[in-house]
Amino acid sequence: MKKTFAKLILSIGICSASSFFAQENKNTQSVTGNFQIDAANYSKDTLIGADPGSQVVRYNSFGNVNYAYGNFTAGVRFESYQPPLLGYLPGYTGTGIPYKYARYRHDNIDVTVGSFYDQFGSGMCFRSYEDRGLLYDNAMNGMRVIFTPKDGITLKGIIGKQRTYFDLSPGVVRGLDGEINLTQLFNNDSDYVKNYRHFAYKVRRVPKKTFRGIKRIFNKNSLRDSTAYPNDSILYRPLKTQIIIGGSFVSKYQADQDPTLVLPENVGCAAGRLNIIRGGFNFYAEGSYKINDPSYQNNFSYKDGKGLFASVSYATKGGLTFLFTGKMIDNMSFRSDRNATNTIDMINYSPAITKNHTYMMMAYVPYASQMNGEIGASGEIQYKFKKGTLLGGKYGTDVTFNGSVMFAPDTTGLPYAQDSIRHYKYKVNYGSVGKEFFHDVNIEIGKKINKHLKFTLMFATQFINQAQVQYNTLDKKDHPDVHSKIWVADVTWRYKTGKAIRFEAQNFLTKDTVNAYGSGSWMTGLIEWTPSSNWFVVLADQYNYGNKDATKQVHYYYGSLIYVSGPTRITLSYGRQRAGIFCAGGVCRFVPSANALTISISTSF
Amino acid sequence: MKKITIAVLTLAIFSLAFKFDGQKIPSATLKKLDGTKINSSTFSNNGKPMIIDFWATWCKPCKKELDAIAETYEDWQKETGVKLIAISIDDARSSSKVVTDVKAKGWTYEVYIDENQDFKRAMNVNNVPHTFLVNGKGEIVWSHNSYAEGDEAKLYEELKKLVKGEKLEH
Repeated sequence: MKKTFAKLILSIGICSASSFFAQENKNTQSVTGNFQIDAANYSKDTLIGADPGSQVVRYNSFGNVNYAYGNFTAGVRFESYQPPLLGYLPGYTGTGIPYKYARYRHDNIDVTVGSFYDQFGSGMCFRSYEDRGLLYDNAMNGMRVIFTPKDGITLKGIIGKQRTYFDLSPGVVRGLDGEINLTQLFNNDSDYVKNYRHFAYKVRRVPKKTFRGIKRIFNKNSLRDSTAYPNDSILYRPLKTQIIIGGSFVSKYQADQDPTLVLPENVGCAAGRLNIIRGGFNFYAEGSYKINDPSYQNNFSYKDGKGLFASVSYATKGGLTFLFTGKMIDNMSFRSDRNATNTIDMINYSPAITKNHTYMMMAYVPYASQMNGEIGASGEIQYKFKKGTLLGGKYGTDVTFNGSVMFAPDTTGLPYAQDSIRHYKYKVNYGSVGKEFFHDVNIEIGKKINKHLKFTLMFATQFINQAQVQYNTLDKKDHPDVHSKIWVADVTWRYKTGKAIRFEAQNFLTKDTVNAYGSGSWMTGLIEWTPSSNWFVVLADQYNYGNKDATKQVHYYYGSLIYVSGPTRITLSYGRQRAGIFCAGGVCRFVPSANALTISISTSF
Repeated sequence: MKKITIAVLTLAIFSLAFKFDGQKIPSATLKKLDGTKINSSTFSNNGKPMIIDFWATWCKPCKKELDAIAETYEDWQKETGVKLIAISIDDARSSSKVVTDVKAKGWTYEVYIDENQDFKRAMNVNNVPHTFLVNGKGEIVWSHNSYAEGDEAKLYEELKKLVKGEKLEH
């Protein structure tokens, strides 16, 4: 297998090289790519409990090479982790070419052979996705066909196995998806559409309560006679409201090798979606249903799964915007290996609707989608006070108000006797909610004072049920609930063109104990100096001053030197990294504390 | 294993010879804010240059860069005829926030969503923000990763050089 691919790449390389030297088809052929390496040398640091063991040098690296010739593209990604950096799944230890594809697109057909990423709707039944920074990769390996018979209609078919570290998943994933943009279909010039428009036009023009008028509408001859209507342009005015509907069905197959349980070998998931857009208004809703799918994650429950996701947003011309999202999922974990854990072999995706924070302390106790069940809502209002107004000042002021709350579903446990051999475990009482998982209410104000000075201020109050959300347990002894208040001030001072200093001060205030390591309140300070557009110097300190164990009230110093030139970025850093929970793809993982010298290089060509 | 390494190296060496000269915008399907789709290979600005800027609603430096450009965008358009295309790489978690962010910021750019990140991969973008300059013939001639205060002025210098037909530098 590997040899074949090596040959393939070599031949592509030779082809591209020869044509380069021949100076032929220069504009239709290209080889592009990128690569990144993050390497760290870890040290033992007893004060923060960092112990890397005997293998102190670790790295994550990858390189993509893409070849394009007209409608044909092909590419490979080489990856190496020997072993991966601390905090990443150790299963990724390895070196190889797990990603390789060839793709051909022409007119209305698009075929991919090999690895690919895709998603149906918002991903409630299927999403294969990569995030290289998080080392999250569940690429499909098989085949995908996308067929677009006409504008506004997209049909997709996929089949294959998911990437599992440097191997493939035991289960096979198969899926179909269709999406129709009704407005685009109706905005073409077919006779049917024209007649429909004539009809609609006439209805609007009927003199009220006139029998003659109604009779005129149903007069077939006048329906076809467009000359009867002087204002012809109205018939061709495109519809402004976009209505998009879609549906998908995904199934997985995994053999049942369980000695006691009768496991379903084929598990199907179906989803339907509706999107309505007009001007600044956008409504999106998607519902999904999955048949019984006992797995390690759902504690081998035979209950079916359900999901509902809806969002509505509205943006006025005056710079005022609203966004509201609601979500309910129950037992929607869907993996191509029923025994998989972590971020491995996930077929579907359910986005967390809570705010994706960028400031460290705001994201100190992050929330992640609970695939076994959650119900909640979120909202965000943004407004820009205009230039020249009292609150807007010379450059305007941005204000964002955001809030979200998530709960466990309200469930009733079922006794085993009632379930016979296929255990449903529980039933959900729709219409009410269970224990609170999380809430976050925050406000952010961004303002530019003058050419030299701008700032962002942010305040949040958060709550997290750590035990259930991050540790999947009901035992709150080691993982108590955490109520916190967080402040952030971020000030940028541009002292000369292209030269700036940025200060960040952050405070995470809590009386509770965050995770089992006893940490309470934190303070963070950061200085970022940009002496020229090629260089950044960053100094930061996170101080755990509220730790209940006085010996653990330590400073986490961190320094970074960054060089940027065009697409190339080189980072050299040294310092302590705090232990914490990092969430991605609906799954949280624990990252241990570390003391390391790190170098990162990334570029693209 | 050795063979693979050699193969990749061979490719890398030859690809260096290509650089960006003559590289057209690759093809990927993107979502417009009105829900319809557009293919990136059809991007055009009637023979005038384009800026393609990758960003995300959760990326602070990206928004800083787009805000900074927005302040002088009208002048840039008048002087060079440039058009900025902002590509959001937000996934389903935050893609509904793209339109509200754009409207609240009052940006007048062309904005498309790369929800499946196909275009990001085709353009070999590692991290956002990543900015590309495209000449009037639709060829990618310059790119820059990350945003530092004042980078917009440098981008404008390169843009002016591009319009005058001078050589660009990183």
